[in-house]
Amino acid sequence: MAQSPNTQAPALKLAATPGQTIGPFYGYALPFEKDNELVNQAHPASVRLHGVVTDGAGTVIPDALLEIWQADEHGNIVSKDGSLVRDGYTFTGWGRTAVDNVGHYTFTTLNPGATEAGKAPFIMLTVFARGLLNRLFTRIYLPEDTAALASDPLLSSLDDAQRKTLIATREEDGSLRFDISLQGEDETVFLSYPRES
Amino acid sequence: MSTQTTANETFNDSHVLDPAATTVSQESISKEITDIHAAYRQSVVDGKKAETQPRIDFAPYRSSLLRHPTKNLHHADPETIELHSPAFGERDVHALESDLTIQHNGEPIGERIVVTGRVLDGDGRPVAGQLVEIWQANAAGRYIHKRDQHPAPIDPNFTGVGRAITGPNGEYSFTTIKPAPYPWKNHHNAWRPAHIHFSLFGTDFTQRMITQMYFPGDPLFPLDPIYQAITDKDARDRLVATYDHSITSHEWATGYNWDIVLTGSNRTWMEDEEGDH
Repeated sequence: MAQSPNTQAPALKLAATPGQTIGPFYGYALPFEKDNELVNQAHPASVRLHGVVTDGAGTVIPDALLEIWQADEHGNIVSKDGSLVRDGYTFTGWGRTAVDNVGHYTFTTLNPGATEAGKAPFIMLTVFARGLLNRLFTRIYLPEDTAALASDPLLSSLDDAQRKTLIATREEDGSLRFDISLQGEDETVFLSYPRES
Repeated sequence: MSTQTTANETFNDSHVLDPAATTVSQESISKEITDIHAAYRQSVVDGKKAETQPRIDFAPYRSSLLRHPTKNLHHADPETIELHSPAFGERDVHALESDLTIQHNGEPIGERIVVTGRVLDGDGRPVAGQLVEIWQANAAGRYIHKRDQHPAPIDPNFTGVGRAITGPNGEYSFTTIKPAPYPWKNHHNAWRPAHIHFSLFGTDFTQRMITQMYFPGDPLFPLDPIYQAITDKDARDRLVATYDHSITSHEWATGYNWDIVLTGSNRTWMEDEEGDH
């Protein structure tokens, strides 16, 4: 893909509406049945993605909500509806979950494939929480393809400590562990994009 | 800031009614807000760019103290999955889900309102076929949520949750009940202005956002650290709906208009760039 330098992004005509915190009371609005199951647990290639969300004191955050968005295992970006009414068969690539009382989250999903040969596959993650005045974006990279990770432009622009916060750990049972720190020494690297105002 | 304050405002004790549980006065919080805003206005006078988004580090909103990243957001060139967005359609959202007043057997209590507007991107293009989700307190200021133990009545005919898919011109419309202000535990006698939470997608996942719509003329605006975390007045005003008598309907509902602007689409920008050369 041809990459244009970001400095060439034309000015936006309209200023974006400001974000606000999700607050603690999203209650029945955002969670939905099987919201964190991008695939059924019985799917032969299903993978558990999980971790905890912590604040600057290292305390778990019990009122965060996370969303992921990813390619399928072959690196295809799907655009199929049915995320809110999961039929158990269609992979839509998108999931949402509220963390539990101890700040832990779980998604059941697939290992994303590389969207282009040689690219490092990743899952896009969005963090919402009470106390967080605007959503945060980050990426969860898979740990295996070390050559692709080494040549990834985003990871290459980070120092070792920062890079570590974006690469998931593969646990013995095959699950992916990815912890999120909103603040502090092991603060997760959060991202901004060229056309954000 | 003492860690004690922070511990006191976890939602574990959000149902505690003793006002002494939060001791910081409104005067003290308002002074903090005034000082931050004055420093911001001076920075604009000195030639700094206007801030169009809330500060994620805004001490008057006590819960933000330990929950804001301390490092600058890292600039990324969006790639592959980030340049797309999940799809939602009629399979996901029924047309009736945009009427929050018909979800139960009876009429909810309160002022029936219609909130309508358009979702646009930063280039002024309508964002069509995208999911809009809303949630809100009822006419007494109470959410249907087990963690909301504010002693106001629950309305058995109002859950306060709606969904819609934007039309071809980016339009959405909800019929609902005007929510009331409610107290929270940020400081002593803290009350949130009435608001409706909005969740929006876009054509790039990088446009994903959650925000709150407020009602015009609310006397609680200057007192509220969440609303005032947007330091720029023009930007703050973008969260306030307009009363529109042409949306109001005879003997039925009052009407509000509120347009939402997402950031620019990175995907379209790259295509445009290629087309320009």
